[in-house]
Amino acid sequence: MDRHLIIGTFALFATLVASAQDEAIPSFKSVDSIEARVQGCVTCHGQSGQGTQNGYHPRIAGKPARYLYNQLIAFRDGTRKYPPMNYLVAYLPDAYLKEMADHFAAQRPAFAPKEASQLDAATIERGKAIATVGDPARAIPACIACHGAGLTGMEPGIPGLVGLRSAYITAQLTRWRVGDRGAADPDCMKRIATRLSEKDVAAVSGWLAMQAAPKDASPESANLVRMPLACGSQR
Amino acid sequence: MKIIFRLAVAGFVLLLVAALVWWVLRPGPMPHNPERVAQKQGGTGPNPTTQTINLGEYLARAGDCVACHTEPTGKPFAGGRAMATPFGNLYVPNITPDDATGIGQWTSDEFYRMMHTGVSRDGALLYPAMPFASYTKVTRADSDAIYAYLMSVTPVKQKNRPHELRFPFNKRELLVGWRTLYFKEGEYKADPKQSAQWNRGAYLVEGLGHCAMCHTAINALGGSKEAQAFEGGMIPNQNWYAPSLTSNREAGLGEWSTRDIVDLLQTGISLRATTYGPMAEVTYNSLQYMSDADAEAMAAYLRTLAQKDAGEPVPSSARLVQPSVMESGRQLYEKQCAICHRTDGKGWAPYYPPLAGNQSITMASPVNSIRMVLNGGYPPGTRKNPRPHGMPPFARLLDDEQAAAVVTYIRVAWNNTGTPVAPAQVNELRKLIPE
Repeated sequence: MDRHLIIGTFALFATLVASAQDEAIPSFKSVDSIEARVQGCVTCHGQSGQGTQNGYHPRIAGKPARYLYNQLIAFRDGTRKYPPMNYLVAYLPDAYLKEMADHFAAQRPAFAPKEASQLDAATIERGKAIATVGDPARAIPACIACHGAGLTGMEPGIPGLVGLRSAYITAQLTRWRVGDRGAADPDCMKRIATRLSEKDVAAVSGWLAMQAAPKDASPESANLVRMPLACGSQR
Repeated sequence: MKIIFRLAVAGFVLLLVAALVWWVLRPGPMPHNPERVAQKQGGTGPNPTTQTINLGEYLARAGDCVACHTEPTGKPFAGGRAMATPFGNLYVPNITPDDATGIGQWTSDEFYRMMHTGVSRDGALLYPAMPFASYTKVTRADSDAIYAYLMSVTPVKQKNRPHELRFPFNKRELLVGWRTLYFKEGEYKADPKQSAQWNRGAYLVEGLGHCAMCHTAINALGGSKEAQAFEGGMIPNQNWYAPSLTSNREAGLGEWSTRDIVDLLQTGISLRATTYGPMAEVTYNSLQYMSDADAEAMAAYLRTLAQKDAGEPVPSSARLVQPSVMESGRQLYEKQCAICHRTDGKGWAPYYPPLAGNQSITMASPVNSIRMVLNGGYPPGTRKNPRPHGMPPFARLLDDEQAAAVVTYIRVAWNNTGTPVAPAQVNELRKLIPE
């Protein structure tokens, strides 16, 4: 056998082993592939979009493609603000962002172990109530009404919430409350977030981060339920 | 201290005198020119032809008007974009042909005077964020074509937002002092000793391309000296280093092939280097649309710029690296970087750029290399490379010491001629760049 081939095979094997150990380290098999092209994402979002142990960066794997695409466009155009993301995608065309979104939407990597919650039982109960039945008195619909019974999101534009950390969910809900983040009009999430108190946000984020993923983590189809609010991203 | 105070007072008095002189000699509105007005209103004379508008669109791209005069989600050319300067925020004006809020009532004479002299329709002096010091080189015919194109775009009613500049920079009259020091009016004059191609390249680079705006050091007054043209400098408020185009130790292209230069400008990637950051923006908005002939002309001119050697080569003593730092850098490189840039530093050009022998890695300023390690980056998606390969940010994976070690490693490995980088330099940039 050719010596170079043996060395090459060994190197590839070593790389694969390394990537299994650390999903945040760049790795790919062929330069001319979408895997190689999205290496710009992996130190924060993981090789397959599963997220990393590092800080607050969300899992993006398996979220609906249109949702991911909308976010990439919003980061590029500055309507969603997070400077490291705004910088990375600033000069990328629509078609390419769509290809990246499709790639991560199709990934189904394993979920990271759940977070241990520091919340007290009453807060967890409150979070569970908001997520599963809502707060009818304040016209707050349940999270699961749109984000899916298994919290895996809904095609085409509603993200899965399962596998996200509470710090990330809290930050996003807070941004929505203060008008820092938004979605296509009519912005249903804005209507909901502005009705939540700071305590509600902490409770629901904490409860969501404790949930295990269902066996099939695919987003729900769009035509199973009628949504309680009109959402621009579902049009 | 006293001397500085006296100098400051003297400077201020001088500026006041200059302002007074300006006030007396200030240009007023353009004299009424009935012939041109008649043309514009569709009276006598030919209307601008499709050809002129097409040419104007091409030239407007060469001038990259859209990059500054459009907000990221705004309508093209409607302005409103905040431009951060060391003197406060400028808000770029609406240049759509709206009569009330844009340039709809401008004549081509007024447009040319603005391009050529930096004086607005009403006689106000433009701030030099508008690159009129470069645009002054544009011919009347090209200015007229750009004017015709801008008149043809959709008018947008959007009022200009007033600038937010600190005193004394909010006094436009003081710009007369700046102009005396840094502005030389005049269309491009062809050098008869050079080829037509070289002259075309020089016209584009020095004129519409306004490359000098970044690639020439800007001083505390926001001016740049002609003698230092294209010698490189930090881009104010962006924390990127625009490398020298005159030194082969920086981004001088003296040793590059025409193909590689054209690729870098038009495509954003090449066998020798890749564009990121502000240069990626220029390629994305402007250079990717240049014709092959014009890109080759720019390459021909740029190659001849690179004649000077910027000072003495760094002595080998300045390149000494602590063996432990080198080893730590090498290990990090092998683990995090080698899959793309490869153990021999040759990369997978043009997709992942080579680091061995790459001038932008070895040049004196390590700013761009540090930034790339901390923040990563994607080259622009262009017509010839719509799906560029990107580099991930390592800001959260590497601490200052590790990032400094790996940048040091790539600056000296493979016979690269760079110098070591200190953790403090990494830390400084980490603080400047928002995370």
